[in-house]
Formats: sequence, structure tokens, C-alpha cells
Amino acid sequence: MAKVPVRFTLNDAEVALFVDPGANLLDVLRRGAGDLTPKHGCGQGTCGACTVRIGGEVHLACLTLAEAAEGQRIETTGGLANGAELHPLQRAFMDGFAAQCGFCTAGMLMAAKTLLDRSPNPSRDEVAEAISGNLCRCTGYEPIIDAILTAAAQMQGRAVG
Amino acid sequence: MTSIEFRKDLFANERDDTLNEIGKPTIRQDILGHVTGRTPFYDDHLFDGLLHMRAVRSPHHHARIRSLDTAAAERMPGVRRVVKPGDVPNNLNTLLSLIGFGKDDEPLLSGQKVSYKGEPVCAVIADTEAQARAAVAAVRVDWEVLPHVLDVEEALAPGAPSVNPTYPNNTFDYHERYDHQKLRFGDVQAGFAQADHIIEAEYQMSPIEQAPIETCGAIAAPEQNDRYVCHTNTQALFFSLGTTAKLLNLASSRLHFIGGTAGGGFGGKVDSIVEPMAVLGAVLTGRPVKFAWDRPEEMQVGAPRGAERWRIKDGVRRDGRIVAREFTGFFDSGAYTRLSSYAIIKGVGHLPGPYSIPNVAANVYCVFTNRTPATAMRGFGITGVDFSIEVQMDRVAEAVGMNPIDLRILNAYRDGDMKAHRRVAKNTALIECCQVAAGKAGWAISSESTAASSLVGGGEGARGTIPETVTDQEGLIGARRAGRVTDTAPARTGTGRVAAGHAGVAIVAAPPQREDMQIAADRIGHRMGSGPGAVPPPVAPRPSGPVPARPAASAGPVPPRGSITPPPGFAPPQAPPTPPSVPVPYPTYAAPPPAPPQPPAPASAAPYAPDQPFSRGVKRPGASPFLSGTRRR
Amino acid sequence: MQTVETHPTLAGAAAAMRERSRYIAGGTLVMRAMNYGATGIETLLRSGDAALREIRHDSGGIRIGAGVTMAEVIASRELDFLAPVARVIGGPAIRNMATVGGNLFAAHPYGDFTVALLALDAQVIWADGHREGIEPFLAGRSGTRGLVAAVQVPRPATGEFRFHKVSRVKPKGVSVMSIAGWLPMAAGRVGAARLAFGAMGPTPLRAKAAEAALRGVTLDADGIAPAVRVAAEGLAPADDALASAWYRREVAPVHLKRLLLAERRV
Repeated sequence: MAKVPVRFTLNDAEVALFVDPGANLLDVLRRGAGDLTPKHGCGQGTCGACTVRIGGEVHLACLTLAEAAEGQRIETTGGLANGAELHPLQRAFMDGFAAQCGFCTAGMLMAAKTLLDRSPNPSRDEVAEAISGNLCRCTGYEPIIDAILTAAAQMQGRAVG
Repeated sequence: MTSIEFRKDLFANERDDTLNEIGKPTIRQDILGHVTGRTPFYDDHLFDGLLHMRAVRSPHHHARIRSLDTAAAERMPGVRRVVKPGDVPNNLNTLLSLIGFGKDDEPLLSGQKVSYKGEPVCAVIADTEAQARAAVAAVRVDWEVLPHVLDVEEALAPGAPSVNPTYPNNTFDYHERYDHQKLRFGDVQAGFAQADHIIEAEYQMSPIEQAPIETCGAIAAPEQNDRYVCHTNTQALFFSLGTTAKLLNLASSRLHFIGGTAGGGFGGKVDSIVEPMAVLGAVLTGRPVKFAWDRPEEMQVGAPRGAERWRIKDGVRRDGRIVAREFTGFFDSGAYTRLSSYAIIKGVGHLPGPYSIPNVAANVYCVFTNRTPATAMRGFGITGVDFSIEVQMDRVAEAVGMNPIDLRILNAYRDGDMKAHRRVAKNTALIECCQVAAGKAGWAISSESTAASSLVGGGEGARGTIPETVTDQEGLIGARRAGRVTDTAPARTGTGRVAAGHAGVAIVAAPPQREDMQIAADRIGHRMGSGPGAVPPPVAPRPSGPVPARPAASAGPVPPRGSITPPPGFAPPQAPPTPPSVPVPYPTYAAPPPAPPQPPAPASAAPYAPDQPFSRGVKRPGASPFLSGTRRR
Repeated sequence: MQTVETHPTLAGAAAAMRERSRYIAGGTLVMRAMNYGATGIETLLRSGDAALREIRHDSGGIRIGAGVTMAEVIASRELDFLAPVARVIGGPAIRNMATVGGNLFAAHPYGDFTVALLALDAQVIWADGHREGIEPFLAGRSGTRGLVAAVQVPRPATGEFRFHKVSRVKPKGVSVMSIAGWLPMAAGRVGAARLAFGAMGPTPLRAKAAEAALRGVTLDADGIAPAVRVAAEGLAPADDALASAWYRREVAPVHLKRLLLAERRV
């Protein structure tokens, strides 16, 4: 079966590659585009480890038909830092022990960034809702919610309490 | 933010407060990789030409395999190889054989019969995962469905289906003698007789799946110099390497295992199944092969924390003092042993919980059922019985009309108390934990409880001594299935007594590890001697002493002696019955935790002469050839 | 390996449907099946038809394009009464992907949005324009061939529509069951009520015995008692990993009572 061409931007870089028809975007990002930050946890939309942003909104790469990414703007945690300068969310996750095994972290950060883009000053409940599609088995979520709130405060220039 | 309160007022003189790291916040050393997504998990190693392996699994709890037809699957597009049981060079293993504990009982791929739903019978290797899935669907297995048993106590009944051919009685063999692990400390029947209340209850735990976000998986590939590299998310790298070497009969020096990062494990990534499968695939195809469980497989065949059932019987005085505690425990091991046998050794060493109770007895069974094999998960062997014990403590408090925290402080062990597994308690802190918890919760406790301390009163009088202990030999291997034993609780009547002994006299530290690092029977656990510092020489096995008469109630035919082989260094304690006052050198009622309870036989007198090069994993009496850290010369 | 066809119109995609074709919109069902080795899917059909994404009023109520996502339902002012339903479906990413049309075909224990559509007596509008009531649609769902273009729902009066999803994990979890109720009120008494349960059968099902028992009653503990007693009558729950059929039957009356008395529990 012939492969089909797909083009999209990945973290502001133009990507053009050939994919198997029917392939999912997660495989294409990982094996095709070499961005290993989204993870495969379930392949069924349950865990959120493959969460990426498409057009600024969170999507699950494992359930996204690769061809549907044509012409889209895709962001992953691979593009979150600005060079060597970490995003405030990354810094807050580090300082706040918001990752243990690290497998859910990349997806969790995409969900968190999407929340803060839309709602710079979220409540604790809003944070919990925003990461409700991202499962974590290590932390019990509280350090993650704390870290997102800390990052939000930092990005607002507020004192962190 | 989570806050930690350091109670430096407690045990101040036992602690060195000059530590630089302990008690201070720190940043994980691997966290930068996590937040940038750059931490390399096993599946982040990309291989050109990677092949995908998937297993054909049993849809039945218990079935015989009449035939396996893979012809159609082999012709499917992209299929490189169908891997069958005969392709596994050494297709029978038990995880703890690496430390010489238990018999090989589990095939990597099952050719004769399956004993749990999801048990693998063969595997397909194909160019893509989709092709491998399609070929798996095309494999035809002719199943003869067998009756199954899913409940631990039903599995003990004489007529129950026999789950595991290696252990046909559905119980793990402890000390090559009993169908359960025994703990005997004092005389529980005498304790019950002194009690004002008897409180009995049963507790049941369900299996719990670890459910890591990253499922179990491994990628293996041929490497230069005739080696195989294996990227794996195992939690036990050298354990997985040793298991792979054994199953595949490969020298461990030909295996290059790379691990270290697991996307969550919680005990669920120690069973070393995906590694030998992936390496076998790489051996058979000469290509990189990935074997990973998908999410339903992780849930169905990923070994969980096993189910446990506990019955606890307490004898309690009116004042709340617990004078006897008896346990009957059942671990649901599932179809194979994995780590359940060890969980029980650990759990029995923990009984009766953090309390000083003068009379304790336990019978704990590792039972095979047609359920998914159980394995490690966070404190396994301890958490289930601890839950039971603490609920039981609340019941006891209710029965005697006492504040449950006061009851715990009254019975709490203290420094210097003799524990049921014959070690002296030290660094105990239950009393202080109870006091702080009561304070935090605003829960009033008595002035005696407030004044109590783990440092005061421990080891006083009988608290610090090993009491005279009643023993029995009920529950010999096979007797239950033959219908000669029905009760699972510790025997009501003892058939022997072990004299009391005091800690300072009877317990002698194990000799230091020998220079060649070979595990030797005489450095495992502790010995009881007749005087201070005395280490008695090993006693020769007594293969066929007369079996002591049983109490009439449980009298039955004597089991055939051929089925029972006491290990060397093991002496049946009451053959003939020992007068109560004479110390017996080798009590058998308590396994010596944490070392394996079946010490391998000491090396034979003849000089050791290897018949194969060292690295191929030689057979040597009493030593596992695959044991990491054991030097073999 | 599959082929993927993208059609400019839904009618074009409908005309291209074959035995081994599947239409893919958000992908939450079809890609999941593909990831788990769905044999029997040879062609994936897509359509960029703008009408699929429309939400608009028409004569019979509000027409919701089959390609409208749960996130778009939540954002729509016209569909404010359905926002609480869409909000409990999946997490944020799923809601950006999952569509109303896909939800119509979501097998147990999914398909909570369709439970609401059943209670609201929605009309299913096929690609060729013909209409079908939601109830006959669900009854024949397993043998369905063709593409759905939209659903049409009446707008209930304020407070007449209620929805309750029971899940073990908060805030996001799969349904132990979901209940939707349309309770038209007249002079303080219930008129012709419609009650639908999700995860209580192979498709969302109406609780007709309970509906009948609600006619003419007041929404208080005494008034609803007869309906609560027969809550699970006519339902066909199954055992699954979330709950046993027995458990579902036992708790259905409890949750129906909470829905009818508007008791908020988290």
C-alpha cells in the first residue's frame, strides 16, 4: 500500500513525511518525525500520555488519524522550553516534585499549558478538570495541581504562596 | 503544598541531626528529563527494521491444548516467525529459582495446558503490530476446556481441579514438608483459655493491578560479538537478565540489558516475561523485536497484588491485653508461584503486627487457583494482613469497650520485646505514632497512654523472652488433598514442645558472609544454641524418624514417607517427642526471615568440577547457576 | 493496511460507503478499533462538509451536525441544556475530538450523550435526508448502514431536562450508569416524562415503567416513590469491569431518586 504525504508544523518547524494510510498521529510523531515526547500508554484514549496540542487545543495523538493532521499546527512538550530556558510549568513541575516516573508528564504539561493559555488564573477545581484526561499513577495528582497553580502565579507575576 | 513535620523531640538521642540531605527538600536527579520529555524510556530507542511480537492467549481459565495450528498465521502478510513452546530452550522456570527458592513451575509459552485466562501459548512476530495482531487472530487452538477453581479454599478441597502440575495439591511446598508456612510462638490454646473475650473475624482482599501508565515491554536486538541488547522497563534488571539467560539457555555474558527507567512499576514490572520473549524473538529472527503488552493485556495478564483471605482469632483479657492471636491466611497465588511464596515468608515474619502478644500461631497457605498469577506490589505480603490486623484491633476495642488508640498503645511492642519470629524489637515507635495521631485528630487518650513510651517497659520479664512453644506437624504436603487433614487453622492440640529460651542466650548472630560469596546453609538466618555465643554444628538430616502420634480427632493414615524429604540441616523437632525442658537445637516453626527458608544443600565434599564454562550457567549442587552476585569458580 | 478517502460532501462519503468502510470523524472510536487491530476495516471515509459542524435552529428544534464535538456543544449558547452532558464525556482532549454523531454509535459503557438524546426524543437525520426517531434508531443500531448527518432535538423548558452520570472516578470516569430525564411540568405535576438510562443495556434504554409511574405526580419523595421502585424495570444491565449487573440494578433506584429530587452529590 502506497504511503501518503502529510505536512504539518511541529513546534514551529515544518514537517513533511510519508505515512501509512490509517496510521495514528502518535506513531507518526514518534517514529516519523522523531519527537519522542508524547508517550503511548493505552492506545484507546484513556490515559492521556499522548496528549498533544493541535491548533492550540489538546488532542490525543493515539486517536488522531495522521492524515487529519494535514496543515495543522502541532505542539508537543518537545517544544515547550525556549531553548535552554524552561517554561514556568516545567520549572514548577521540577521544583514541586510533580513527576515521579515521568511517563505522564509530557502529556500533563500539554493539558496544563492549554488551561493557562485560556485561563491564566485558574481555580484548583479548574486545574483538576483540565488534567482530568491525564492519568498519573505515581503522584496522587496533588503535587501536579500545586505545580500548575504555582506556574500560573509566576506567569502572572504574582507572589507564589 | 504538602508539608512534613519533623518531630525532633521524639527519640532525640537516637538520631544524628548533622545529616546534610535527610529531612531537606531536594530535586530529583532525573526530573529535568521528565519535564522536557527527554527521559529515554525503553520504547524511545528506535531501531530500523523493528519487528513486533504478539502473544496468542488462552480465552479459558483452565484448558488442555489438544492442538495448535499456526499454518494460516504463518502465511499471513508480514509474518516472520511463529514462536512455539518448543522454541524456548528451557521452557520451565520459577522467578525465585534465582535465589534457590521453589520449584520451576511456569512455562514461558505453554504447550500442554493453560491454567489462567490470558496464558500465552505461542507468539507471532511480524513487520507491523497490525500484521502481528491479524496473524494472532488466525492461530487456531483446539482447546479441551477443564474445570477451573477460582477460590483459595475451594482449591484446597480434595476434589478440586489441580491447577499447577508442579504443585498438584494446589499449595506451595514449604520446607519440603508442609502445605503452608507455620508460625508458632508460645501456646495460643493456653492463651485463649486465659482470655475473657474471644474475637474472631475474616478479612478478604481483592487483587489489585499496579496499572503503570507505561505497560510492560521490551525491545531486543542482535548486537555485535554474538550478544543481544535488551531495552526494558523492568524494575529488576539483573533478575530479568538472569531469568532470560535461564529460559533461553544463553550465557548471561551474551545479554546486554539496559534499563533503569520505568514508566511506573509499583511491583508489576519484576516478573521478567517480556524480556525473554523479546530476546527469543531477536534470536529467532536476527532482527530487533519488540514485545509489549497493550492496555487490556496489562490489566488481564499483568500480575496483580494477589488476593488474600485472613481469619484472625484473638484472646483478650478484660483490661484489653491481647494474650493470644491466631492467624489462618490464604494467599491467592493464581496459576503459578511468581512471588507469592516469598510474600508469605515476609508476611509471617511480620505477624502478629506491631504488638507484643505472648502467644501467636499462624498457618498461611500459598494457594494455586486458575486466576492470573500474583506478584509484587508495594509492601505485598504485609499490607493485606496489616489491614486485617488493624480492623481486628478496632473490633477488639469494641469488644472490651476501650478507646481503640488506648488499646493499641497498651498492646504496642516496645524496644526490647521479643517478637514472634524470635527477634528482639528495636527502634519501635508505634506508641509515639499513636500519641501524635491522637493529638492531631483531637482524639482523647488516657493518661497512661499519654505517659507511655516505646523506650520504657519493653523486654521486661516475659516480654523479652521466647516462651515455651507448642508445635505440631499437621498439614504435611499432600495430606489435605488426600482428605487426611481438613482444618486449615493451626492445630488445636500440639504434638511437641520447644523449651523456652531467652533472647540474649539463644540467639546468635549469623556468621559473616564467606569470602567466595557462595550462599551456604550455615550463614542463613540464626541458630539457637545451648549457651551464649554457641553455634551448634549442622545436624544431619533425619530422613525417616517415626511420625509422632496425632491427636485422635485428626488421626489418619500416615503419609508415604517418600513424599517428604526434609532438607539438610532440618530436623523434625519431635521425633521422638522431646521433654519440655530440654532445648531442641533446630526449631522448624519459624522461617528465618529475610533469608530464603530453604537453604540450598551445602556443596558436596567432592571438589567442584565444572562441565561447562562458567558463563553458561553451570549446575552446581545447591547453587543457582543464574544467581547474580554469586561467584562461581 | 487501510486506505483513507476524503470527500468534500457527506453525500459523497455516503455514496462511497461499502461493507468494509468506516466513517471517521473525531477518531475516538474508529482509531481505537484500528489501534487494536480491527480487521474488517479496509477504507476510512472522511468528509470536510461544513454542514456537519453546524448548530442551528430549524422548524422542529435545534439541528446539531453529526460532526459537532462535545467541546462545541459546551461552547454553544443554544445547547446550554446539553452542556452538562457534554462536560462529563471524557477529558478535555476527548471532548475536542468526540462528536455527537460518533456518540450515537458508541457501545456500552460509552455513549452518555445519546442517553440525553433519547430522553429528549431526538430525531436522527440521515445523509439522504430521511429522519428516524432516536428510539427505533437505537433498536436497529447494530445492523445500521449509512451515515448520519445530524440530530435534531427539541429545546426543553428551563429546568425540565436533567442529567446525572455516575462514575467511580472523579472528575472523569466511565459510566457506571447515566440517567437523563425530560420532565415537562404542568401546575406542579409531571406531564409525559421521558427517562433514559445509559450503561444499563446494550444501547441507551428508556425506563418506561418509571416514566408511566411519574405521570401526574409531584416531584417529592412520596410522589416519585412508585417510579423509583420500578426504576430498573425493562433495563438490561450487564456485568463489566466497572460494576456488576446486580449492582447496577440495586443502585439504579437510588440514582433515579437523586435525579428526580435534584439532590446534588459529588
